[in-house]
Amino acid sequence: MIGGYGNANILNDCTISVDQGEIAVVVGPNGAGKSTAMKAIFGMLNLKQGQIVINNEDVTKLEPQERVLKGMGFVPQSNNVFTTMTVEENLEMGGYIRRDELADTIAQIYDLFPVLKEKYHQEAGELSGGQRQQVAVGRALMTNPQVLLLDEPTAGVSPIVMDELFDKIIEIAETGVAILMVEQNARQALNIADKGFVMVQGENKYIDSGKALLENEEVRKAFLGG
Amino acid sequence: MVDILNSLTLLTNYIIIPGLTYGSQLALGALGITMVYAVLRFSNFAHGELMSFGAMSTILITWLFQSYGLTFGFLPTALLAIPFAATITILYCLATNSLVYEYYREKKIDPTTYLIISVGVLFFTAGLIRFIIGPDDRKFNDGNRFILKAREFKELTGLNEGLAIKTTQGITIGITICLVILLFWFLNRTRTGKSMRAYSDNEDLALLSGINPKKVVIITWVITGILATVAGALYGLDKSYKPFIYMYLVLPVFASAILGGVGNPIGAIVGGYVIAFSELIFTFAYKKVAGYLLPESLAPTGLIQFLSTDYKIAVSFVILVIVLLVKPTGIFSGKTI
Repeated sequence: MIGGYGNANILNDCTISVDQGEIAVVVGPNGAGKSTAMKAIFGMLNLKQGQIVINNEDVTKLEPQERVLKGMGFVPQSNNVFTTMTVEENLEMGGYIRRDELADTIAQIYDLFPVLKEKYHQEAGELSGGQRQQVAVGRALMTNPQVLLLDEPTAGVSPIVMDELFDKIIEIAETGVAILMVEQNARQALNIADKGFVMVQGENKYIDSGKALLENEEVRKAFLGG
Repeated sequence: MVDILNSLTLLTNYIIIPGLTYGSQLALGALGITMVYAVLRFSNFAHGELMSFGAMSTILITWLFQSYGLTFGFLPTALLAIPFAATITILYCLATNSLVYEYYREKKIDPTTYLIISVGVLFFTAGLIRFIIGPDDRKFNDGNRFILKAREFKELTGLNEGLAIKTTQGITIGITICLVILLFWFLNRTRTGKSMRAYSDNEDLALLSGINPKKVVIITWVITGILATVAGALYGLDKSYKPFIYMYLVLPVFASAILGGVGNPIGAIVGGYVIAFSELIFTFAYKKVAGYLLPESLAPTGLIQFLSTDYKIAVSFVILVIVLLVKPTGIFSGKTI
């Protein structure tokens, strides 16, 4: 992928991929283009070169909504829930483009996030940060996506909640969903990652399994603080 | 005891019943403004003229029905005309939307510019209305004038004071209750209504969820058209139709929407009644009430009226200023539906 805003390229020839049931994590310093890469994958940024492929189908030219239909789910970093709507309504809106019955999927999501079932009638804006992230992930899961894109899901939540969220993400991956996430908390994220991408100035500097990256001397020194 | 009943009757007759009626009209108007604000994010100053347009359409269709000898028994013929008039008003709303507002929405223009554009629509609509029906005062209320006449009430209860309920007052309150219930059912129970709330809450996320903004905007105008027609027609039935009056009516209507929290439907309703009752409470002459309640030696000589009725509209402005100074987001902190 090569792309950016205006003439300046933020993404310089970077390649990101993830397989079914895998967790891929993109880490890197601030301004490396992690979130931009995410936006490009979801179609909120036009690429100058390169392509986005899902299930061997080229979706480079499609609008974000059409990509949802092709099996992508996206959880933005901020403003990712409808704050004045109840938890259940948030999930319903997540499945808005589906024409069939949503009850089964909602039940599955409540199984995954039991706390949401308890609070189904509360407005999402009244929930804690961690619960809100669960609503946001649940909303994106309503379309039964094959790839789930998460843009810094643990931004601004406490370490305990972060571990809990990562556990949930592993659970989601185990159901066969491919997960691609951008993370600030690099160490913890690489711990659960099957595959890690270290991005620097819009380029993949290192691609390896999460473990290998954690053991890699250079990566540790430069990005993980030793 | 009788004195207390007499004074209560007085208050009911001059404050409670008219307050509920006027409050309902303001609430319906404020709901229209709130819907547009919640979805399109601008203050629609043309809403008063939309109400006028709706009332005018109602009158024209009422005349048409009457010319065929079609009436609605003891109820005003206008009630039969409202659904048709609402359709015409909706078409007018959709026309202004696609000819004017849509262009600026796609350009993502700022709300202030949008507001000025709505002022342009206001003047165009006002001109169009004068062109079609003229500036004169029109009465289009037929059927029975009263549900309860003051004389009947006096005979029934033996009190000195009468209580009269006009048919238009009963209709206004009844229709408002039905329409509000319907609106809330739509917003909270239907898929389309929820998608409107979602769009109003978080536009980007709504787009990501596959909600079509054009559809949301169209439905908003449909609802606005219905609310404006009903509010305008009921106000016209109650007070007679004068085209210019709606230019002034839009002010207390705005005050109601802002007082409750613009963008919040519950706020619009509460705001409507608060403004209506404040106007009446501050301009009512309490002399007679005091006469019943106080011993004769203390009977007041003046009218005991806080403000002359000429200053009615000032009351809503004072409230508006206080709200904007103390809690600019209104009672219910509006922004979304």
